[in-house]
Amino acid sequence: MEHALTPPAGSVIQLAWLIPVIPALSAGFLLLAGKRLGKIAAPVAIAAIGASFAVSLLVFGALRAEPEHERTFVVHLAQWLDIGPLQVDWNLLVDPLASVMLLLVTGVGTLIHVYSVGYMHGDERYPRFFAYLNLFAASMLILVLGESMLTLFVGWELVGLCSYLLIGFWFERRDYAGAAKKAFVTNRVGDVGFMLAMFLAFSAVGSLSFTQVLPAAEGLAAGTAVAIALLLFVGATGKSAQIPLYVWLPDAMAGPTPVSALIHAATMVTAGVYLVARMSPLFSAVPDVGMVVAWVGALTALLAALIACVQRDLKKILAYSTVSQLGYMFIAVGVGAYTAGVFHLLTHGFFKALLFLAAGSVMHALHDETDVWRMGGLRKHMPVTFATSLIGWLAIAGIPPLSGYFSKEEILAAASETPGAMPVYVIGLVVAGLTAFYMTRWFVLIFLGPERFGHNIHPHESPWSMSGVLAVLAVLAAGGGLLNTSAEGGWLHHWLEGSVVAFHGEVHPLGHTALIALAMVAAVAGIAAAVALYRRVDAQGAPRFPGWHRLATNKFYVDELYQLVLVTPGRMLSDALSVFDRRGIDGAVNGIARGTAGLATLGRRTQTGYVRSYALATLLGALLIAGLFYAGSWAASAWIG
Amino acid sequence: MKVPAGHYLILAAALFTTGLVGVLVRRNLIVMFMCVELMLNSVNLTLVAFSRIHGGLDGQIMSFFVMVVAAAEVTVGLALIINLFRLRASVDADDVHSLRS
Repeated sequence: MEHALTPPAGSVIQLAWLIPVIPALSAGFLLLAGKRLGKIAAPVAIAAIGASFAVSLLVFGALRAEPEHERTFVVHLAQWLDIGPLQVDWNLLVDPLASVMLLLVTGVGTLIHVYSVGYMHGDERYPRFFAYLNLFAASMLILVLGESMLTLFVGWELVGLCSYLLIGFWFERRDYAGAAKKAFVTNRVGDVGFMLAMFLAFSAVGSLSFTQVLPAAEGLAAGTAVAIALLLFVGATGKSAQIPLYVWLPDAMAGPTPVSALIHAATMVTAGVYLVARMSPLFSAVPDVGMVVAWVGALTALLAALIACVQRDLKKILAYSTVSQLGYMFIAVGVGAYTAGVFHLLTHGFFKALLFLAAGSVMHALHDETDVWRMGGLRKHMPVTFATSLIGWLAIAGIPPLSGYFSKEEILAAASETPGAMPVYVIGLVVAGLTAFYMTRWFVLIFLGPERFGHNIHPHESPWSMSGVLAVLAVLAAGGGLLNTSAEGGWLHHWLEGSVVAFHGEVHPLGHTALIALAMVAAVAGIAAAVALYRRVDAQGAPRFPGWHRLATNKFYVDELYQLVLVTPGRMLSDALSVFDRRGIDGAVNGIARGTAGLATLGRRTQTGYVRSYALATLLGALLIAGLFYAGSWAASAWIG
Repeated sequence: MKVPAGHYLILAAALFTTGLVGVLVRRNLIVMFMCVELMLNSVNLTLVAFSRIHGGLDGQIMSFFVMVVAAAEVTVGLALIINLFRLRASVDADDVHSLRS
């Protein structure tokens, strides 16, 4: 990371704090006044995120105007914590990496806000939805701009909260509320890793600020650096849905489709990749951890792609696809090609947002049908959705000259050029083929072939607010590759030079052209296989490999394994503790109370309320005392005598 | 005629016992109250008798204190009884047992 500067007075960069604050204020306003606003809530929310996008553009422009290698700025806002050696301020880190993330989050975020106007039309909690969307965007922007691990963590946690709120937006349905809880709890597991990493970093460096931690990364003791990097990666697996914490993401489909698009494209899942890219000096100092990251990414990519091949729910296919593509990004950042990872993050943001919103458009037309086997032939009915999905499909499948081709190509090239990462490269190549296969299946089953939906359903194109957004995203998904046309000479590569550590690889003996050819063969083979299999089907045929099919359909029983290993013992433990709580602790407290009450009942018997019985008691008492005196004096006299 | 001191003590014991039995067995609050007075006065008699036996003045002074306290007690007690009668139209002690368990 290059040396951090204070932005010059009067520079637009000083205004960077507006980027998260505007949507956050709007979210607060909508939460308070949303009910009275009704339909006005949408324009307010869109204006807020749009303004945020405008400021992001200004900041980006201002950064470009600065001389090269002097584009890292720290904007000081306020003091936050001042506890002995722990000094944390509300500082924003505005650098090239943050600026492209800002543009992605606010840009794609704005489009998704606009799309939601049509999609959420008529929902009873319409204003609240927009408030949450704004809050989600604001959280992600805090995460991106945070200058220390702790401020980043604030955004990190807020993002988790917002995902909970939005995945469970239709909380009346029990399984949806469960999906929200699952996302939250799974994320918390990762958060523990992040927190431990922070503690370690603080004890080793004495600061949480990126401007101090990152330059110190090289000089850390090897064990400490490995531990911090691994723990950070645990945090990243939670947010970015990697093995073993990916299980929440497919269930997150419970939320409204724009939320899925937001989570999968612009916010949330990209946070883990961003974190690793942000901490690139640390990760590049410990290449072994990088290999772990790359392997986890590769295995996640493979597993998710295999599951995606057999899913029937059009959103779940896309969800597993996201998990798989995130695996790609981790392959990239794992082998040290941070630029390639961020590049794929951006292009994936474009085409995955496009695909999700297209899926939402399809569901909108088919009365919330989600089974791809009950679709088909929508090409005629939904021309805009069809055309834009076509671009999204080809982009994710890696067909040139669309964006996905460039970013995926760069990742595969980086993996092949890293010594010892050959298996990762091979897995990546296989996943490229699988990606092409399952996305082709998705596309063909929805838009081509015979119509398999009911005769009483008459699909129609979505309103312009939805289809227009699809068109804009299609342009981005198609042209996103221009950001970085080649690994060495691309614009993005150049732009991020000051923010992330550059990739150092060895040229693969096969040469670049051969690698491109291999990736193309994989993609085309996947597409051809899927077209051949699904082109003319009019009903779901029997699976060709039943055992294999069952295994993949049941998601390799990972959820069941977690149920068995974690959830059930956890429940048994809490049941036992609950019994102890009720019988043991409550029993002791209640027992004491009951004993006191019993004693009191005995005492109450003596209280007759009759004066004469009290008088008698007094007499008996007096006689007793007199008797004692007498006995005492008698004993004394007898003893003396 | 000189009455032996023991006779005073016997009379005092008889009066005390009468008062005590009266408090225990009667239900009329006025009568019970008078019995309490009887017990107090029997004690006064004892005090005076012992004062005479020992030739000191302590017992006689003590009996004055008892009389003063008894006078104060009578005013409070009678006021209570009158108010109770206004409330319940009865001076039967057994009618007043609302503090029973």
